[in-house]
Amino acid sequence: MSNNVTERISKIVRVVPRNRNTELVLLLFAIGINALEVVQVQLSTMQKVNGDFWFYWGGLAGAAMLLHLVLRLRAPLADPMILPIATTLNGLGIAEIYRLDIAAIANHQTELFGEKQVIWTLVALLLAGIVVMFIPSHLVLRRYVFIAGAIGVGLLLAPMLPFIGKTINGASLWLSIGGLTFQPGELAKISLTIFFAGYLVQRRDSLAMTGRTVLGIQIPKARELGPILAIWVVSLLVLVVQHDLGTSLLFFGLFLVMIYTATGRAIYTVVGLGMFLTGALVASRAISYVSKRFDAWLNPFDDAHYNAIGGSYQLVQGLFGFAHGGLLGTGLGGGVPQLVPLAESDFIVASLAEELGLAGIFVIFALYILLVARGLRIGFNHNDDFSKLLATGLSFVIALQVFIVIGGVTRLVPLTGLTTPLLAAGGSSLVANWIIVGLLLRISDTNRKEAE
Amino acid sequence: MNRELRRVSLVVAVMFLALFVAATNLQVISSDSLSQDQRNVRTIYDGYQTQRGAILVDSQPIANSTPVSDGFHYNRKYSGDIYSSVTGFYSYFQGATGLEASANDYLSGKNSAQFFEQLNALFSGNPVSGASIELTIDPKVQKAAADALGNLTGAVVAIEPSTGNILAMVSTPGFNANQLAVHTGSKAQANYNNLLSAKGDPLINKAIGGSLYTPGSVFKLVVASAALESGKFTVSSLLPNPRTYTLPNTSTKIHNSGGSDCGGQSTVTLLNALRLSCNIPFAELGVLVGQDKIRAMANAYGFGKSFRIPTVATASVYPQNMDDAQTALSSFGQFDVRVTPLQIAMITAAIANGGKEMNPNLIENVQSSNLALLSQTQPSEFGTPISKATADGLKQMMIAAVKNGVSSNGQVTGTVVAGKTGTAQNGGSSPYTLWFTGFAPADNPRVAVAVMVADGGGMGQGGSGNILAAPIARKVIRAVLGQ
Repeated sequence: MSNNVTERISKIVRVVPRNRNTELVLLLFAIGINALEVVQVQLSTMQKVNGDFWFYWGGLAGAAMLLHLVLRLRAPLADPMILPIATTLNGLGIAEIYRLDIAAIANHQTELFGEKQVIWTLVALLLAGIVVMFIPSHLVLRRYVFIAGAIGVGLLLAPMLPFIGKTINGASLWLSIGGLTFQPGELAKISLTIFFAGYLVQRRDSLAMTGRTVLGIQIPKARELGPILAIWVVSLLVLVVQHDLGTSLLFFGLFLVMIYTATGRAIYTVVGLGMFLTGALVASRAISYVSKRFDAWLNPFDDAHYNAIGGSYQLVQGLFGFAHGGLLGTGLGGGVPQLVPLAESDFIVASLAEELGLAGIFVIFALYILLVARGLRIGFNHNDDFSKLLATGLSFVIALQVFIVIGGVTRLVPLTGLTTPLLAAGGSSLVANWIIVGLLLRISDTNRKEAE
Repeated sequence: MNRELRRVSLVVAVMFLALFVAATNLQVISSDSLSQDQRNVRTIYDGYQTQRGAILVDSQPIANSTPVSDGFHYNRKYSGDIYSSVTGFYSYFQGATGLEASANDYLSGKNSAQFFEQLNALFSGNPVSGASIELTIDPKVQKAAADALGNLTGAVVAIEPSTGNILAMVSTPGFNANQLAVHTGSKAQANYNNLLSAKGDPLINKAIGGSLYTPGSVFKLVVASAALESGKFTVSSLLPNPRTYTLPNTSTKIHNSGGSDCGGQSTVTLLNALRLSCNIPFAELGVLVGQDKIRAMANAYGFGKSFRIPTVATASVYPQNMDDAQTALSSFGQFDVRVTPLQIAMITAAIANGGKEMNPNLIENVQSSNLALLSQTQPSEFGTPISKATADGLKQMMIAAVKNGVSSNGQVTGTVVAGKTGTAQNGGSSPYTLWFTGFAPADNPRVAVAVMVADGGGMGQGGSGNILAAPIARKVIRAVLGQ
């Protein structure tokens, strides 16, 4: 044990300066930008800076600095860019939500999100810190693969349960316990990624090697398709019963990418995608809620869809917000993003697009790309398949979620009820994404240790 | 596994690329059309932050913004009802219409011509003031048209044939846009509701659409155009002239207007058929020429197109898939033919301009708040629907119609007017729609005008285009000629 400690100390002394100091510089830059954002919001809406600044800036800034210290102690070799990027995004989200709160107060509305968002941010960073501190290596997660799978499916299907399941805006994505609502799907994406990684590593060879070759294409054996079928059924169940195309697409897409990464066989992806699209297409015709969303997506500007309840009003208002932003935006606090329903959560990107313009949106996209790229890079650098798959899955799930949400808001794909990772108001989403950040940091630390 | 990982990275790259493209499309490429959507109140919100540009006629504002001390910073003021069809309204509560909506980019200072001002504003912090637009409207002509329409419900469009410049565009009854520009929501809403339920639909610009009208005999100009263009007919071609005509494959009999004998001979020339506006020869002619040729002609004149002046005009309609009886009816402007006064004025302007049709236009130039010229509209050609020879033939017939035909009230002392009346039935006992369209002077046209009087001009089925619409056109022409 003491030997272990001295070994670690020697490593800290030797390697820490570069990695963690880079992170410190980037992090100071990130929280500096966050400070400017909150100041701009206050100046533009109240013409002065008041004490609330310390709450809306200081909470995240302090917690991020603490997490940085935890990393210095417990994961000195972790990737230096992930924490600053996540902090920048989270801070930007807080600033915009705070800004929307100010508009809501001016309109005599009582439902506010800013304070909750800051508190949830603290909880989320605490959990990320716990992940880094108390999971010595992500490889221990391999022991809990099937438990993780069971928890994941359970969480995913939990909103269908009577009494605690809750339907909001037509989609049943929430659990409601004692007045607190929670989106279990957000946490499910972590446990299912762990499950997929563990399961696919075990089954990798049989999935990759077996089967006959027809016309130059290797056809997998029927029984190997079993798990795909199972995941497909669960995904469609989410779509049919919970009415949520986004969650359904997110998990199935994640699974397809992971099975492809594990086996290197595109046939799984092609077949899986075909199955999903068929299912989704049938569902979109059969379920009125989903078909309404589809029609509203295809012809949002039709008065019939625009005026319909659950029609395209929100989408179109979001598009107007984007257009209003133009190249440079109105500046934080200068636009009217509060016109869009759910401007603080589902449509936070439209709010940011309006106030930061195309320039700001490109920066946000670039931050996500960097975050995902760092995650994929961690996957590249690892030698063992489980770590590779886990890092790939966790990064890809962020990328796919960003694509589905922002694609929905920009009318690239039908609108769904997912939240924008790290930006949007909502505790479950923040907690889940910061745990992913914690896991990625943990994986990257062991990764560099191996490289020693 | 790294090969697969690289491909996954590629997929991620493609997904983000798609997002970049989608955002660019929304914020740059379709940004203008999205901000012009009437449902987009952001545009209006913005408008109250900066001084909105003025709408000018002969350098005098018909709409302008003046600073006020309430929370709105600026108040929008309009000079009078006679311009309401041109300006539309600009309301914090009800959105915007007319030029206030269609020229909003200029008026709000958001157009690309003011890019350097916008860039400057970004650093200085001072908002860009809106640009002003100078209109092609001639205030004397506009006033003459509004006065001539008086209390009638209808519209007048006057176009300069050689340029497409709109000299007058009046729709009656007009409305007082100031009532909608008020800064109290309940007041604006109440005024808006009053206008919505008011008699004669003042909020609808009848000159360019909102609703379309049955053209009646003015549509004969299109049928005659198609006949002359086909090369098979001239102005002196003879058509059978029975007293009654049975629509093909039906037992329905039609008569000439007022039971006229159309000259009383067994045949009638095309010229006389148009001069006396006989329905039967035109019904025959329509069937002979065929609906396809007439439709092609109508489309060449602009039917089916929404012109932007820049306010969007409703497209006029020539029906599809008619049988011969319907073709016969549509050939004197009945059945399902529907038009805007703007479209009729454009047809007349094309005839006046020797067959060359110009795009209609309301904006002469755009000036920034410091009076720099930002853009000057150049006349642009819509097309050449008819040859010079056809235009000359039509002109000859229209001169005859005014000189000694049924369109005689279009005569103006001291000049030759070419014109055509229309008295359109709207089915059953509905009041007629009354028309006159024409141009003057015939040898050197300075104006093409279309007058539409809706609801029978209050005379039910007792009025005619010549009685009610032609005198209005006469006053407009006089105003243009400075009489």
